[in-house]
Amino acid sequence: MDAILETQGLSKQFLGFTAVGDVSLSVRRGSIHGLIGPNGAGKTTCFNLLTKFLPPTSGTIRFNGRDITRMKPAEVARLGLVRSFQISAVFPHLTVLENVRVALQRQRGGSFDFWRSDSVLRRFDARARDLLEDVGLTAFAQRAAGELPYGRKRALEIATTLALEPTMMLLDEPTAGMTAEDVDRIVTLVKRVAEGRTVLMVEHNLKVVEGLCDTITVLTRGRILAEGPYAEVSRNPEVIAAYLGTDPSITGAAAHG
Amino acid sequence: MAGQATAFTATAQQSPGLPGLAALGFNRAQSIAFLLLLGLLLVGPFVLYPVFLMKLLCFALFACAFNLLIGYVGLLSFGHAMFFGMGGYVTAHAAKVWGLTPELAILAGGAVGAVLGVVAGWIAIRRQGIYFAMITLALAQMIFFVCLQAPFTGGEDGIQSVPRGALLGVFSLAQDMSLYWVVAAVFLAGFLLINRIIHSPFGQVLTAIRENEPRAISLGYRVDDYKLMAFTLSATLAGIAGGTKALVFGIATLTDVYWAMSGEVVLMTLVGGLGTVFGPVLGAAVIVSMQNYLAEFGAWVTVIQGCIFVACVLAFRAGIAGQLGRWLRVRL
Ligand SMILES: Nc1ncnc2c1ncn2[C@@H]1O[C@H](COP(=O)(O)OP(=O)(O)OP(=O)(O)O)[C@@H](O)[C@H]1O
Ligand SMILES: [Mg+2]
Repeated sequence: MDAILETQGLSKQFLGFTAVGDVSLSVRRGSIHGLIGPNGAGKTTCFNLLTKFLPPTSGTIRFNGRDITRMKPAEVARLGLVRSFQISAVFPHLTVLENVRVALQRQRGGSFDFWRSDSVLRRFDARARDLLEDVGLTAFAQRAAGELPYGRKRALEIATTLALEPTMMLLDEPTAGMTAEDVDRIVTLVKRVAEGRTVLMVEHNLKVVEGLCDTITVLTRGRILAEGPYAEVSRNPEVIAAYLGTDPSITGAAAHG
Repeated sequence: MAGQATAFTATAQQSPGLPGLAALGFNRAQSIAFLLLLGLLLVGPFVLYPVFLMKLLCFALFACAFNLLIGYVGLLSFGHAMFFGMGGYVTAHAAKVWGLTPELAILAGGAVGAVLGVVAGWIAIRRQGIYFAMITLALAQMIFFVCLQAPFTGGEDGIQSVPRGALLGVFSLAQDMSLYWVVAAVFLAGFLLINRIIHSPFGQVLTAIRENEPRAISLGYRVDDYKLMAFTLSATLAGIAGGTKALVFGIATLTDVYWAMSGEVVLMTLVGGLGTVFGPVLGAAVIVSMQNYLAEFGAWVTVIQGCIFVACVLAFRAGIAGQLGRWLRVRL
């Protein structure tokens, strides 16, 4: 298997509490990989470790054949491993267009030219508009990002992430707190943008997971409980037990399966 | 903080600026305010004491430089007196001992601000929030003690009778009026430079960092480098402001490196409106005028200042320019 992202024995302890323990994860290139588990299972912590927002207590991370265990988060992003956040992360007082442009601006390399007018950034406008169109935000281009409804903010985040042309995207609960139509929109969007990239996503909505993910990994209390295709994992009795009482939908889904 | 949020009203609602001035990055309201400011700079010395105005302009530049950090990067430095004060000493020394012309002496003040800024920034920037403020304060205290002890600063006496010299070695600045135009030009250049920085590709990244630092990092920006650059630019301009002030008064003393000076610039910026282009100028005008016209109240000036500060925090959290902008529904 051609793994784009691989971890070996990845662990993170907070003052003795093991949030992530001995996680060896392997994400196949070009796949959409789901990371699921009950609240507090350590999914976000995993993301923070993978993108270097947190240093691991032990273990190694390889991305695209390189050991990134000791890298800084900005360097990891520059290698093409780009994350979104569980809590929507936009630049609220910039316009929607400017939000995307800030990401496109990275193509210039460093932007330390404080003496130049920002009108030089206009050359990114066309591309930014294309990206906004992709996520259905064209009508909002000149609005402040902070004023967008929640679902639109998530869409903006995805557009901003895509602006970097990432090799791999990590999406932390892209559909959390959304209305049904918003969820559908995001699912379609993720499916489309996953063409030619790898996606690792945390998701609580198991319908979404079932529809999108090629492989899923179940995490409970920081450890991997099961891994495999959705149909297989959702039948696993241990997984059902771990979810019982926390999320009835998986037991329901398991029952059909 | 609601007040802060309004001061940073979205660029989305920006109306287009007046032609010409829009190229400087000003919106319509700012263009008008800028023309007003230009008018005041031209008429000012014929109405008010030039020395008073020069002092005001030096502090206004200092506050604008400080605002670049707090208002546009979200970094609260509590040690900016080190750049202002050291700028003053170096300019004074350069003019008096090395005999440099005033423009070079002021540039020397800016250079020392830059060097100190790189070092202090490099140390402080890895820390967040209040720790950042504490470290800048600690570093400024160290500089204060250096200034107290080092022979070249003249200890308690400071560097006195600094010659104003002749601009480019040709135009004598002995007359207040001649010096005034130089000071006004220095202020205006600094003010416009800061505005350019805010509206540059670099400024766009700074805004992103202020708005959501983790997101900026996740987009691949090495945010510490950007912060250090902004810190250094701010320190350089503070050094230039301090140097200019030393030439105006012909003296550089410990007052300008003292921690109270770091507090004063915070006060000016907050009173004027943090994160607004014109706020720091207004804030400096208010505080400097108060110090001048209330001087007869002696120690009470500090108390009155304290009260104004509290009133500002309670009543106009967005500062004068922020509040004014809110009323007029524009961004100043
Ligand atoms: N910085 C931290 N310091 C201490 N404990 C932490 C920290 N971050 C996370 N934790 C703990 O680690 C555990 C895993 O948290 P994490 O946020 O990774 O869970 P999650 O799987 O993302 O949950 P959710 O589905 O609610 O988002 C939780 O018990 C949490 O309290
Ligand atoms: Mg989480």
